[in-house]
Amino acid sequence: MKTKTKAVKLSAKRAMVTPGHPVVPLKDRRLNFGDKWDYAPAPEDFKSYVIAPRHDLFINGKFTAPHSGKHFDTINPATEEKITEIALGDAEDVDIAVKAARRAYEKVWSKMPGRERGKYLYRIARIIQEKARELAVLETMDGGKPIKETRDVDLPIVAAHFFYHAGWADKLQYAFPGRTPRPLGVVGQIIPWNFPLLMAAWKIAPALACGNTVVIKPSKTTSLTLVRLAQIFQEAELPEGVVNVITGVGETGTAIVKHPDVNKIAFTGSTEIGKQLAQMIVGTDKRITLELGGKAANIVFEDAPIDQAIEGIIAGIYFNMGHVCCAGSRLLVQESIYPKVVKKLRDRIQTLRIGNPLDKNTDIGAINNKPQLEKIRELVQSGADEGAEIVQPVCQLPERGYWYPPTFLTGVTASHRVAQEEIFGPVLSVMTFRTPEEAVERANNTPYGLSAGVWTDKGSKIFKIVNQLRAGVVWANTYNKFDPTSPFGGYKESGFGREGGVQGLAAYCRLD
Amino acid sequence: MNRLDVKKTYKLYIGGKFPRSESGRYLAAKSPAGQHLDNFAHASRKDFRDAVVAARVAVEGWGKASAYNRGQILYRAAEMLQNRAGELVNEIARSTGVTSVKAKREVTLAIDRLVHFAGWTDKYQQVFGSVNPVASSHFDFTTPEPTGVAVVLAPDEPALLALVSLVAPVVLSGNTAIVVASEKFPLPAATFAEILATSDLPGGVVNLLTGKRAELVPHIASHMDVNAIVDGAGDRELAAKLQAGVAINLKRYFNRAAADWFSARAEEPYRILDTVEFKTAWHPIGV
Repeated sequence: MKTKTKAVKLSAKRAMVTPGHPVVPLKDRRLNFGDKWDYAPAPEDFKSYVIAPRHDLFINGKFTAPHSGKHFDTINPATEEKITEIALGDAEDVDIAVKAARRAYEKVWSKMPGRERGKYLYRIARIIQEKARELAVLETMDGGKPIKETRDVDLPIVAAHFFYHAGWADKLQYAFPGRTPRPLGVVGQIIPWNFPLLMAAWKIAPALACGNTVVIKPSKTTSLTLVRLAQIFQEAELPEGVVNVITGVGETGTAIVKHPDVNKIAFTGSTEIGKQLAQMIVGTDKRITLELGGKAANIVFEDAPIDQAIEGIIAGIYFNMGHVCCAGSRLLVQESIYPKVVKKLRDRIQTLRIGNPLDKNTDIGAINNKPQLEKIRELVQSGADEGAEIVQPVCQLPERGYWYPPTFLTGVTASHRVAQEEIFGPVLSVMTFRTPEEAVERANNTPYGLSAGVWTDKGSKIFKIVNQLRAGVVWANTYNKFDPTSPFGGYKESGFGREGGVQGLAAYCRLD
Repeated sequence: MNRLDVKKTYKLYIGGKFPRSESGRYLAAKSPAGQHLDNFAHASRKDFRDAVVAARVAVEGWGKASAYNRGQILYRAAEMLQNRAGELVNEIARSTGVTSVKAKREVTLAIDRLVHFAGWTDKYQQVFGSVNPVASSHFDFTTPEPTGVAVVLAPDEPALLALVSLVAPVVLSGNTAIVVASEKFPLPAATFAEILATSDLPGGVVNLLTGKRAELVPHIASHMDVNAIVDGAGDRELAAKLQAGVAINLKRYFNRAAADWFSARAEEPYRILDTVEFKTAWHPIGV
């Protein structure tokens, strides 16, 4: 899966990536890292990690076959090869898991002193650190994410989330002045495929720290690492039933949401599904937190540190192939520096290495799944149809697997679909503005409100703009940074509730 | 010969003005003994939509006013309430039939509660916000900001105290509110609006609708420019209809019906957090 960034003419194969619309070749290429020497791949070893041919549900501390007896294949999106089989849990399995979680809640977990709960979380964090490389490799194979990211971003933050929340378990009374926090009970959690293990950590760690028990369902395409995390729970001797993992499909998640003995739902995923889940709990006393889609504006002012801003734009949209709800997918550039920014972006995307996600040099891995690839293609096509100009690097994509090159579109207007809809791929829509007021207005002109970026060297301007942006996370002169101490979550249709930090604990407690 | 009393029609309070319902409809308020007291406006869907527009306009200024300024204004509103306490006591007593002693207890507690919440405007950020010790070299902090436009549904009783307890934590952070008043006893709420109009609270920050809750609820749930619903009405059927509004535009919904509006727990600072959004900002640290 060697990828070359030679300046070749558009091949027929490449044209197939985004069929039917004009691709503007790079005429004035300045930087060239690709054709002066032979590329030496540096793939991470994966053969030493044994992957069982079949994975069951994790209920009440034991791996249990689904009652239907059915399993489904999970594939490596970079090769389209089957990795292993994953259990297909259904409503009956969910019911057994919820009962186990309820038992564990009432008999063990809610009665356990906070400092003991905390010690289990510390133990889990340590084991994750010890197995970090293996987990990173599995995450990369199962989801298509570059090993550079799973190794250096996902896994360290996964462990950090357990460490951070471990310490809260016996200090919760200080998080809620004047009130006594109590756990909610059984928590149902549904997580997406873009950061499988990281989202599991974001959900499980605070839930357990606050004394709840968990039934969690991963996305269909990325179950492997969560099942592996369940093995870590076993190794840590976490009491049985405290966390139950039910792999499966959409209906499996629905069964969790609709189960009458679940007290709280936490969901990360699309706004469309989030709204459906909100509808399902109408008339119940279930609590819900939703972390949904986004269409973040990344605003670059003319007084920005331009080279840092370019790196921030790249990190903002091409990190994790753009499969990021807070991706900086709308670039708003002040008019005076627009030509310069576009030129630098053209140069920069040419240097991105696309290919084998297990190669330590790879910047852009595989698109997680085929429907997502089709959605990206369809949306970019709509951009072309509506008059935007598409800029992509000259590169060859691997023959097999799901791939999409880093792409940006110029000449985008606010009414284009690519400026309004979440693409969830490595596709950036570039627009311009003249005044700070216009930038803010354009940035806020979306039903979403998850994140935003601001680039300027002027401090007072940063505070002003940060203050005016209707978004839950604003990165100033940086982008896509995450930390367990830092609350994350959206305004408006990007959902409600926060994950991380002291504010994130509120989602898993009731206050007496 | 007895003097003939002058009857009044209590109007809606929208954008700082007192319109009659655009529908032209009104209802009669009666005492518990069945005696006709006064008429009041019967708000329509259009009135509600007008109120949302007024609240949206007002949130621009109110949300940006300094915390100190908002605190001063809410305290000023408490001063006005104190000044006209007798009027409110009379309104509650004649509407609900309670003794004036009981009515006075409600009014004085409402005043004290407003004073309490006025003091939170410049404190809740410090209590509930944070500076976050991230592992990377960044300055990272989290501050609460108003969600925007909120609809507040007051229970039937205590008509004044519950309304004040529900509205104060919403507007103190910079939100604006559309209040659906007690359906059974709308007159104390309408009088409260008249008092607010003479305080320094900018028009549109608190808007008041009287009429029939069940008629307005579907429009509240489906409105795309409402950011949050704080439901103190305590009606399970209507609660479900309002909650369904979450699925439309992810407006936040909170069922805040209280068991006892006179208890200290109804003076809950955590209610402020229902209608704020936490914003987290990052900036690199370096030279």
